Amino acid sequence: MARTIIPFGPQHPVLPEPIHLDLVVEDEKVVEARPSIGFVHRGLEKLVEKKDYTEFVYVAERICGICSFIHGQTYCQAVEAIMDVPVPPRAHYLRTVWGELSRIHSHLLWLGLMADGMGFESLFMHSWRVRERVLNIVEATTGGRVIFGSCKIGGVRRDIGAGAIKDTLAELAIIERDLREITKVFLNDNSVKSRLCGVGVLSRQEAHEMGCVGPVLRASGVAQDMRALGYAAYQELEMKPVTRTAGDSYARCAVRCEELFQSISLIRQALGKIPDGEIAVKVNGNPKGEVIMRTEQPRGEVVYCLKANGSRNLQRFRVRTPTFANLPAMLKLLQGCELADVPVLVLTIDPCISCTER
Amino acid sequence: MIPDQTLEVIAVSALLERVRALHAGGSRLVQICATALSCQYELTYSFDLDGSLSSLRVQVPGEDARVPSIGSIYGCAFLYENEMHDLFNIKVEGLTVDFHGNLYNTAVKYAFGDTTVPLAKPQPGPVLRRD
Amino acid sequence: MPYFQMSWLAVKWALSKPPTTRYPFVPRRAIAGSRGQLVFTRDNCVYCTACAKKCPTGALTVERAQKRFVLDRLRCISCGCCVEICPKDSLALSTSHGSPATTQNNESYSGT
Repeated sequence: MARTIIPFGPQHPVLPEPIHLDLVVEDEKVVEARPSIGFVHRGLEKLVEKKDYTEFVYVAERICGICSFIHGQTYCQAVEAIMDVPVPPRAHYLRTVWGELSRIHSHLLWLGLMADGMGFESLFMHSWRVRERVLNIVEATTGGRVIFGSCKIGGVRRDIGAGAIKDTLAELAIIERDLREITKVFLNDNSVKSRLCGVGVLSRQEAHEMGCVGPVLRASGVAQDMRALGYAAYQELEMKPVTRTAGDSYARCAVRCEELFQSISLIRQALGKIPDGEIAVKVNGNPKGEVIMRTEQPRGEVVYCLKANGSRNLQRFRVRTPTFANLPAMLKLLQGCELADVPVLVLTIDPCISCTER
Repeated sequence: MIPDQTLEVIAVSALLERVRALHAGGSRLVQICATALSCQYELTYSFDLDGSLSSLRVQVPGEDARVPSIGSIYGCAFLYENEMHDLFNIKVEGLTVDFHGNLYNTAVKYAFGDTTVPLAKPQPGPVLRRD
Repeated sequence: MPYFQMSWLAVKWALSKPPTTRYPFVPRRAIAGSRGQLVFTRDNCVYCTACAKKCPTGALTVERAQKRFVLDRLRCISCGCCVEICPKDSLALSTSHGSPATTQNNESYSGT
């Protein structure tokens, strides 16, 4: 049987970010997918030699536009761990609230992109309509819609006052009501189910072997969530990892839909329990030492390896983002799939290529 | 609060054996990080077992750096090892999936390993007076 | 039943007011506290250069001797570090976004 090579990307209507895949196809079945990345490679890891460690928070936030807050938070947590900085508890709670808001907006963005990838334009528009409400809360509390700019080494830069907390909770009630309407469509609609059910099945063993993280791993039955490590305020909040056992694209979609409601519940708990006090401590001196810090981004586990040698600039800054860990799974899922399922399979791991390539 | 993690420096020859033992114990490969120091490369392999992180560190000399691939044990390692090769020029022997240097298409090859590559200086723009 | 979920949403939103605004014919409702463009009040400035030292991108240059303040708007990321550190309240962040620029000019203010 003759093989054709179809180039997919870097420009493609379903791709949020540029990645190139050479799909080797026999008739309509994809036999192999060869990736080629590097279109958005900015060499941010080398920039650490030029910017001092306090300014680098702004660079770390801009590694990605969708998961930007948790990048900044993980960087600050890593430097604070090296320098042993006592971050005040109010700052921990505020970071948790913003982290969960970031997770809600990221999952809504993904739900919209998935609907768009399947051709369901109106559902895409509805998801992003609800996302606008979330971004309005973020803009009112931090000043920026996408790049929050509110984490700094030693705490946070802005506070959420009592009035703002009340407004946020009122908005969250409206958002939750809208989310129930949309997730009902995602989980029950026949056309969505026929595109997602049984497509791209990843068994529990395969998911573990290939080093998958995040919702991809949890949809295959492994209950691993980095928030259980207890960073920021998570050790004082009730949270159970959301899992499914089917391991197909429908299960991954269902895990993300349920995580939306879990995030709303976490925000409500955090805003209810937030202690009074300062929001930041002053940090003097330079870091010396190394640490590996892991947190849970919307796409999975992100790993920051920092090495400092006592000077103003860090010696090594390495980010291993969740999409990098999920790429081998995506390449495996693409083998043997139908050509029309390629957009669904590429989107089902929630690819964030600008994170992957830094 | 430094999270629960361990770091152990081992010799290159002991790498495959230790990784095999960790794989048998059910650990997940978390990341492989390469750091360019003045005359050597430090490779850190991190593994996760139910939330606790253990790392193995291997030091290879800067000239003609070679390290065996762990792709036969952990299938997903090929991405990390190709990235190490493309950015640092560390030769990984026995790659399961080899992209022959085409994974990262950068203008400057092996940019991170060569510490003599200077970062571009920003050019100042023309000035508009607004007094 | 499964087809009715989306139909209900579609009908509901077809009959209610659209959630979008007709920008740019209707001005954007600015949210208080939003970080937009930097506003410089020349009269309050004493040219202490604290803001230029704190700026993470190097968008500000202050010359104390010539009393000159130069701002590169394309490099500014509206982080607000200069606003926090200014001792004389001569810097503020407005809520508006800047207009598109066709040339890469820096703005310079002179105090003499």
